[in-house]
Amino acid sequence: MTALIEIHDIAVQRGGREALQIDTLDIARGETLAVVGPNGAGKSTLLLMLAKLIKPAHGQIHFNGNLLSTLNDLEYRRKISFVFQDPLLLDMSAEENVALGLKFRGSTKEDIRMRVNHWMKQLGIESLAKRRATQISGGEAQRVSLARAFVLEPELLLLDEPFSALDPPTRANLLDELSALLVRDHRTAIFVTHNLNEAANLSQRIAIIIKGKLMQVGPAKQIKTKPVNEEVAAFLKELNQAI
Amino acid sequence: MVFNLDTWQITLLSLRVSASATAISLLIGLPFGTWLALGNFRGRSFILSIINTGMALPPVVVGLVVAMMLWRSGPLGNLNLVYTPTAIIIAQTIIAAPVVTGLTAATLQALDPRLRQQLLGLGASTLQMIWMLWREARLPLLAALIAGFGSVISEVGASMMVGGNIQGQTRVLTTAIVLETDKGEFNVALGLSVLLLVITYLINLALTWIQQRGAKR
Repeated sequence: MTALIEIHDIAVQRGGREALQIDTLDIARGETLAVVGPNGAGKSTLLLMLAKLIKPAHGQIHFNGNLLSTLNDLEYRRKISFVFQDPLLLDMSAEENVALGLKFRGSTKEDIRMRVNHWMKQLGIESLAKRRATQISGGEAQRVSLARAFVLEPELLLLDEPFSALDPPTRANLLDELSALLVRDHRTAIFVTHNLNEAANLSQRIAIIIKGKLMQVGPAKQIKTKPVNEEVAAFLKELNQAI
Repeated sequence: MVFNLDTWQITLLSLRVSASATAISLLIGLPFGTWLALGNFRGRSFILSIINTGMALPPVVVGLVVAMMLWRSGPLGNLNLVYTPTAIIIAQTIIAAPVVTGLTAATLQALDPRLRQQLLGLGASTLQMIWMLWREARLPLLAALIAGFGSVISEVGASMMVGGNIQGQTRVLTTAIVLETDKGEFNVALGLSVLLLVITYLINLALTWIQQRGAKR
């Protein structure tokens, strides 16, 4: 598999401190990479940087072989999609929320209608189409948020703990559905989570970030059995105790 | 005098100058307030503090400064604007613009900052992002418009000083009320006051209806 994202020698400063440091990280096309780490470790910073919403202090990121810093911000962002921890829906109907990114891209009404219907059906929220975003539950809102991201059929999907605020059954259902969609569409995705089991089920590889440093990247089995240092081992132990 | 031709002329002029000043304030205040709310630059807090102070500008001080500027010997004297409706519009714009700017900035700063990132992450251009933020904050932004209009339709100091209260030319409801009171014509002054209150109420009723219809949708 060829790499869609190549990160080299990156450092990001936030609030006067180094929030993220990565020597090297490649993400293959069609791969789902889970990013796991404690609160404030720099996981969200990685996603914001890859969405070109914050700039690294130094280093290089390549997207599709092109240097990210040389790509036009808007053109690049229209190739990706971002799902936040909170659904952040706008005060409009569910279907209007799902259509938002397509409208930004100037898609035709017919194209928007077809794609919105398709993805609302895929995520089981077609019955909510006309409901206002303020009148739907947290789980439904997160489904709308996912549909809003998938409808764009992005080359890269950035998911920042999208299910952390949901109750366990809703969370498990959505994870299964997300996993199936990612596999079916060979979508490249980076999924930030606190949950190692979720990470293992959803992704091909897991990246562990602690105190802003990328510590280890590898398949779940390798991460669990061969932590690269004591810091990773201690973090994994803490995670296991929390489950 | 209350319901004769003069009264309607005064009423129409009041509405025309205050509506024009509010519209211009909106054209200035909405983008400027947005820039202050979304921008991240040195001196932003200082500018915001100036704008917030401007929200409480005494109309009579604005009238004095505008009169000095437009006076025949003043820097803009050659424009011959003093004692014209345009002069009142300028003074009222200076009163309303900080109100609209300050409330716009406060409204947009109250939105979840991640909403901007979410909109950009969905591929919105900067203008599309700002438009969606305005749409999201449309109810408090309409309140800013109502506050801006309220601040100018009811002011008297600036209109008196730069307009001169000339009958048939620059007399507006508030300056007419002052004049009639000075003359001891309290019944006329009271009638004009009621008229001013009714007009202000009807305009605010219409704006509030639009606002609340948006809230219920």
